[in-house]
Amino acid sequence: MMNAVLAGVIGFIRYLGRFGLGFFERLGRAHLFLISLLLALPAVLARFRLTVVQMYSVGFLSLVIIVVSGLFVGMVLGLQGYNTLVDFGAEESLGVLVALSLVRELGPVVSALLFAGRAGSALTAEIGLMKATEQLSAMEMMAVDPFRRVLGPRFLAGFISMPLLAAMFSAVGIIGGYFVGVGLLGVDTGAFWAQMQSAVGVREDIMNGVIKSIVFGFAVTWIAVFEGYDTIPTSEGISRATTRTVVNSSLAVLGLDFILTALMFN
Amino acid sequence: MLQSKTIEIIVGIFVLLGLAALLMLSMKVSNIGGPGEGSGYKIEAEFLNIGGLKTRAPVKMAGVTIGRVHGISIDEDTYNAVVVMNISNDYKNIPMDTSASIYTAGLLGEQYISLQPGGSETYLAEGDQIQITSDAVVLEEIIGQFMYNQAAGGNEDGGNGGGLDF
Repeated sequence: MMNAVLAGVIGFIRYLGRFGLGFFERLGRAHLFLISLLLALPAVLARFRLTVVQMYSVGFLSLVIIVVSGLFVGMVLGLQGYNTLVDFGAEESLGVLVALSLVRELGPVVSALLFAGRAGSALTAEIGLMKATEQLSAMEMMAVDPFRRVLGPRFLAGFISMPLLAAMFSAVGIIGGYFVGVGLLGVDTGAFWAQMQSAVGVREDIMNGVIKSIVFGFAVTWIAVFEGYDTIPTSEGISRATTRTVVNSSLAVLGLDFILTALMFN
Repeated sequence: MLQSKTIEIIVGIFVLLGLAALLMLSMKVSNIGGPGEGSGYKIEAEFLNIGGLKTRAPVKMAGVTIGRVHGISIDEDTYNAVVVMNISNDYKNIPMDTSASIYTAGLLGEQYISLQPGGSETYLAEGDQIQITSDAVVLEEIIGQFMYNQAAGGNEDGGNGGGLDF
């Protein structure tokens, strides 16, 4: 009886240990992977056309979802903000509210989450399938470095596209907020823009938002490309890797956002 | 699969769109951005104190926005604030003896200029100045005055000297 309980407890502890070891092993592999990726970057930059082709599928094809979401997020901010501000007779501050929430937080974070779902999962699935069908091994056989040829361009494309997408998200969102606030609810045009202009700073708000989106772009594409490369080469492995990409990169974006906000706006 | 030339053009457009969005965000901050003021004519008014009035604030007559504040500067001789207003061409016949006041929209709202028309037959034109103005109300001054009056009133009534008895 006692022995059975003891064996159960030991089994549980062993499970925990295996889990922890596996976690740190993966973390170590991810960092080694990142180093190889960064070492391959000069070669990737030398053949930039490969990256341009990837920017089409990673960046341009994500444009529709980013623009549509940005527009609706901005319009909802306009509606909700107006309803709250009008109680204080301060509906002219709607522009400030919409612009600051988009530029500082919602733009980088929501576009990074969408980017992880739209582009990150696609990257993982593509690279995972390449691994499962042994295309990556075949390349190595032919002395073609997959880091320079496949992984590097995809990583760089995501890294470049993400800040651009976040900027578009914020800009379209502000236009959506303007459309609802000024067009539908009758906030004064001049006050909307003037208060926004006097409250939003280039360095403290817009640059910090851009820095956030650069960090998120780095984290999301790193996770996506790594999960694809680290896939167990079966169909189930690919589906698991795709799920992990979306979950892990969303968690990373939210965690990093808290840290960056605490560092920037304190 | 698309032609690689087409893809390059599309990616170029994508990058341009992203940079345009960044540019638009940056322009928001400086006063270059935003919708234009349209055509109109400019009139001036001098104030002793403009409070929190900002450029692009509305100029209203009877509550209707008829123009915007174009620029704010200081008169170097009198140290008064000179406010240049851009009035829409739709409102050409504003009397010469119109008076201008600075009001606040709501308790926390933005400040704007309100014009009260006079009875003159001649109308303001480009570059004219409004002579009768009343300044922005500064809340601290009113509170200070109120406290002072209360204290003075208390002394007269009670005669027990000193103290703010509200």
